Amino acid sequence: MNDTAQIFEQGEYNFAYLDEQTKRMIRRAILKGIAIPGYQVPFASREMPMPYGWGTGGVQVTAAILGKDDCLKMIDQGSDDTTNAVSLRGFFEKTAGVRTTYETSEASVIQTRHRIPEKALREDQIIVFQVPIPEPLRFLEPRETETRKMHALEDYGLMHVKLYEDIAKNGHIATTYAYPVKVNDRYVMDPSPTPKFDNPKIDQMAALQLYGAGREKRIYAIPPYTKVKSLDFEDYPFEVQKFDKPCGLCGAENVYLDEVILDDKGGRMFVCSDSDYCEERRADGHLGPMAADPAAHQFGATQAEETAR
Amino acid sequence: MSASNATAAPLAAGFQDPVHDAQGCFRAIMNAMARPGTRQAINAGNLKPPVPLTQVTAAIALTLFDYDTPIWLDKPLMASDAVKTFLRFHTGCPIITEPVEAAFALISTPESMIPLASFNQGSAEYPDRSTTVILSGQDFGSHPAVTFSGPGIKDTVSFASGPVPPVFWDQVIANNRQFPRGIDLVFAGQDALCALPRSTRILKAEV
Repeated sequence: MNDTAQIFEQGEYNFAYLDEQTKRMIRRAILKGIAIPGYQVPFASREMPMPYGWGTGGVQVTAAILGKDDCLKMIDQGSDDTTNAVSLRGFFEKTAGVRTTYETSEASVIQTRHRIPEKALREDQIIVFQVPIPEPLRFLEPRETETRKMHALEDYGLMHVKLYEDIAKNGHIATTYAYPVKVNDRYVMDPSPTPKFDNPKIDQMAALQLYGAGREKRIYAIPPYTKVKSLDFEDYPFEVQKFDKPCGLCGAENVYLDEVILDDKGGRMFVCSDSDYCEERRADGHLGPMAADPAAHQFGATQAEETAR
Repeated sequence: MSASNATAAPLAAGFQDPVHDAQGCFRAIMNAMARPGTRQAINAGNLKPPVPLTQVTAAIALTLFDYDTPIWLDKPLMASDAVKTFLRFHTGCPIITEPVEAAFALISTPESMIPLASFNQGSAEYPDRSTTVILSGQDFGSHPAVTFSGPGIKDTVSFASGPVPPVFWDQVIANNRQFPRGIDLVFAGQDALCALPRSTRILKAEV
């Protein structure tokens, strides 16, 4: 056992940090969120031992659902070993003593900051999203009283105007992340700042999706097999990003790629944002065009660089 | 059920392991709510709550109730001092008499329960403020089946539970039509539970 587990054994924290009353309050909010897919349930978000923006909402949701038999995976922009993922994984190893993993298929609970694993999730998995601004209408209407009324009246014209203005200015819908969706034909929801590449994955997903926004004190959810439609127009249908090259390291196509700068002479490569997916493919013998490149070699082992956004 | 019996009997114990038992029970409730109509096993064998509270209902109460949740009890539960003492001691929940103010309602005799419309339906702005109604003593056997579809259900799922009042499913259909407002239902059985959120579409079998 490592030293962190010993702290858990000493009983300095309740299991998974939060006290039981807080967990009950969050659990009740989660149940309401599931019953009203896409509706943002207000909850009494607690101050967590990490700053806002580090996933305090996701951490509270995870802490409320986590059991001692769960296996936890933490991802930050697709990667298991960047700062946010490492520190939050350490947080739960320390306070809950649960098993953690890098492998998508092994995890029972996956907490993510802005990516959904490339591998399709199963029914027995739960994915928890860290959300900075849960209200999709907030940048269009700053008043909470008004946005609440707009949700109540299903008045989402403003959102379509925004998308239309995108087209008028840029010729296409320029929103590339936090792309608004309509859940179960009722609530317009912000799928957290995931790239819109991931939007098709949240439609009819087999796993339960929970969203937690700590600073904004909101929890929302999408049950498994729920219709989630990305907003668009008939003549400007929703499209995901397309990449003209496969992943430089594993050769995967139709995955979300990050740009990695290799040197100061313009050298760069595009690699899978989902580091576990990339490593698994390379272990299976898939090789991309850059895999043998010595400049790319330093990223072969732990591909920790995250740049393109 | 008399007051003297209730005071004579020692207070029934709560969860043996409050942290992990509550977590396990919550996951069952959450999975049930996320997958309407599926049966989720619940381990409440150690609980010996005062009748007419059942083991599964008591486990749900210990998992979700606290001082923030006004609880409404149906007549047989309300008549039992042991039940009220059990709930108050272990959860600290206020027990109220107006169903429209309740966060949760416990029903021990579902066959003669009050209409679902009596409970808090939530508002258009805050649909989450509605009552969650927990029906105890359910068996998921030979009762008229209904078909569910909607969020959490891949295609459709057939569901049967009872005892429930004769007009129950009509009430539930009316309830779920007012989505996003409306109550959510939890069916507590012998050792398992099912849930029915307001988002589910219900089809009654043609008679």
